Amino acid sequence: MSNRFIPLEPMQPRERIGVYVCHCGSNIAGTVDVAEVRDWAEKRLAHRGVVVARDYKFMCSSLGQELIAKDIKEQGLTRVVVAACSPHLHEQTFRKACQMAGLNPYLCELVSIREQVSWVHTDKHAATDKAKAILSGGVERVMRHTPLEPLHVPIHPATLVVGGGIAGIQAALEIADAGFPVYLVEREPSIGGHMAQFDKTFPTLDCAACILTPRMVSAGNHPNITLLTWSEVTRVDGYVGNFTVTIRKKARYVKEELCTGCGVCQEKCPKRVVDEQYEAGLGFRKACYIPFPQAVPKYPVIDTENCVFFAKGTCKACQKFCPTNAIDYDQKDEYLSVQVGNIILATGYDLFDARRVSQYGYGRLANVFTSLEFERLSNSAGPTNGNIVLRDGVTTPKTVGIIHCVGSRDRNFNNYCSAICCMQSLKFAHLVKERTGATVYNFYIDIRTTAKAYDEFYQRVLEEGTLFVRGKVAEVTDAARKPGEEGKIIIQVEDTLVGKQRRIPVDMVILANGLEPRRDAKEVAKIFGISCSADGWLIEKHPKLDPVATMTEGIYIAGCATGPKDIPSTVAQGAAAAASVLGRIQQGEIALEPVRASVLEERCSGCRICNNLCPFNAITFHEDRMVTSINAALCQGCGTCVAACPAGAITGTAFSNEQIIGQIEGLLMRNLETAPVGAGQA
Amino acid sequence: MSDTFEPVIIGFTCNWCSYRAADLAGTARVKYPPNVRLIRLMCSGRLDPTFVLHALANGADAVMITGCHPGECHYIEQNYKALRRFLLLRRTLAGMGIEPQRVQLVWASAAEGARLAEEIARIVEEVRALGPLHWPTSTDLYGKPFSEEEAFSVTKETSAPAEVNA
Repeated sequence: MSNRFIPLEPMQPRERIGVYVCHCGSNIAGTVDVAEVRDWAEKRLAHRGVVVARDYKFMCSSLGQELIAKDIKEQGLTRVVVAACSPHLHEQTFRKACQMAGLNPYLCELVSIREQVSWVHTDKHAATDKAKAILSGGVERVMRHTPLEPLHVPIHPATLVVGGGIAGIQAALEIADAGFPVYLVEREPSIGGHMAQFDKTFPTLDCAACILTPRMVSAGNHPNITLLTWSEVTRVDGYVGNFTVTIRKKARYVKEELCTGCGVCQEKCPKRVVDEQYEAGLGFRKACYIPFPQAVPKYPVIDTENCVFFAKGTCKACQKFCPTNAIDYDQKDEYLSVQVGNIILATGYDLFDARRVSQYGYGRLANVFTSLEFERLSNSAGPTNGNIVLRDGVTTPKTVGIIHCVGSRDRNFNNYCSAICCMQSLKFAHLVKERTGATVYNFYIDIRTTAKAYDEFYQRVLEEGTLFVRGKVAEVTDAARKPGEEGKIIIQVEDTLVGKQRRIPVDMVILANGLEPRRDAKEVAKIFGISCSADGWLIEKHPKLDPVATMTEGIYIAGCATGPKDIPSTVAQGAAAAASVLGRIQQGEIALEPVRASVLEERCSGCRICNNLCPFNAITFHEDRMVTSINAALCQGCGTCVAACPAGAITGTAFSNEQIIGQIEGLLMRNLETAPVGAGQA
Repeated sequence: MSDTFEPVIIGFTCNWCSYRAADLAGTARVKYPPNVRLIRLMCSGRLDPTFVLHALANGADAVMITGCHPGECHYIEQNYKALRRFLLLRRTLAGMGIEPQRVQLVWASAAEGARLAEEIARIVEEVRALGPLHWPTSTDLYGKPFSEEEAFSVTKETSAPAEVNA
């Protein structure tokens, strides 16, 4: 029982501890008196084993690391505490430095006095005191550390890519070309994503289909890629190197092994439905349909909500005409289970619903279009064969207004910049000008054309004579007030460069609606054990230095799922995620943090309290010996069973009771030789 | 001594959410009072109620327990176990005459740096209003420094409620 409380160890220090306090330039030193913390540690913690305390401008620099290494060798340090930034940033750096100097890396503790002190507090005195307490907690913890070896687990060579847009396609092709198997899962009937809907791509104006469809075909034909469209991941078990993924393959009502993709079923299907997905509501499809001519794979899907047979039990036109008997109305959803070592999430984005900005009239005024509608309108394979016309389908507009930042950079909706809308709007302006000769107005807050050849494109559009009005549009209305406004849509805006209210009558309005996280991004994040930002985008491990990894080992993210970005950046991220995965696969195994629980069998009373606590089924009870044991391969190291064991028979490496109790006492300054009155408030 | 009472609060954080929320508060330079000292656990499920008692017995005026939002646990469901332990612990402490505000539970995701900072500020104010926690500590009882045997004897007294909770 007594082991439930672990008292401070006897006063004679057993370890030789080195303390290193980082200035981080002025990031820490600006708020914390670094020299005082160092002196204090040297004097007040000497009896706890601190033999050397130093401060340095940048502890993470090679000089700073050498300082530690030198002390380990010359002073025979057995423990190291670095007071600097968050362990999530530099724990590995300092562990490696210790390892190079011959000290077990797990005998080094990094305590955060930047994120937790200098960056969040302003009172220098209080901040310095808190830094001391945190450092003292680290010292008490590290002296109870034991040398550990990382766990090595093999990496399964297969990879799961979720999302068949350009990011997912790129990632899948890179990995497949390197010779490893890939499962590419897409929830729509065809891969291609948003890019397949676009007409031209900025700034070069290549046609999106011309550059995308060859990639789609490669992905569809690749011997190393298993394409699973009309499918969704429902469950992920396991951990890096060895995930078991359950995929729901929705019923297409078409036997893929028999279907040749001839399209007769689509032709003969009598039911016409407005295509909200691919044609953005501007065109029609059948109830039995291939979403677009270049779809990969070419197998159609029967939409049971609209199919006459599923509604009334008669029709069966598709079945009658199918030359290969591929239609199967009795098909059921299938559940597949696949083994993969790594997962890449490239789940993309949703468009901001322009109806939410009610003053812009989308859904109320016929000739207000969204960006995606305009993409379809200007696409030569689209519903109007590329003719830019009003909603009536015949009239060519003479004046067009393009409104930027719809739902983006707006406190009422999304604070962030959607990154692509400026260039997209400029592209629209160019296309309208080129195809109709209409007068084009751009209503913008700022023009952001920051990537390669983007500003040149802006200059080109300026030279073409497109008009730019700087100001956030107040209202789009059809209520004419002045002569010349009748029958027009009037854009009310404050021109901030002139300082005047303006009313500009136009025939067509295009709203550059921004990008939003997928509606189900949170549920997806939950399935894969990662997290979303407050806005709902998937969170990267480090925004700058690790942009495609996540906090969960073996799960990578790419493309717009992580935030708005253009096609070049999306492709780059897809390739980057693939490179990270390939690196892992090449190594064959991965070293994991040895944070695991284990049972001291001689202390286990067989009470079985822990037995039901493990969600990973790592805990087994042995009836014959009446003791419990933990399977280290299944244990994920959460420590719930450690906390529950009334006999203290379960220990958690790297987070033992001794270490945590020690840290508590350290944080409360119970370890000082002469504890001040009201200890802990030092 | 300054006029206002500055409580000392020990905060337990989860490696995956609230510790990262604290990191985010730092990166975003959100300010909060310096009274909370954080300990990183892998999961709120690791929180042994003994840790809370130990902190309160050794000079902490309050303890803040943090974890992932319900349904978002990195280890599937262990934060629910933390919640159960928290509720039981709070009731036990109430029986010992400890105000419930001295042990608080906060859910904070990795994205909620600002929220965590607000909650810390709120808890600090609440505990400041309560005043210091006067629990007899081992040093009060035995003088200092204390030996191992002495510490063990104190242990037995304070560990009793923990047994009930575990």
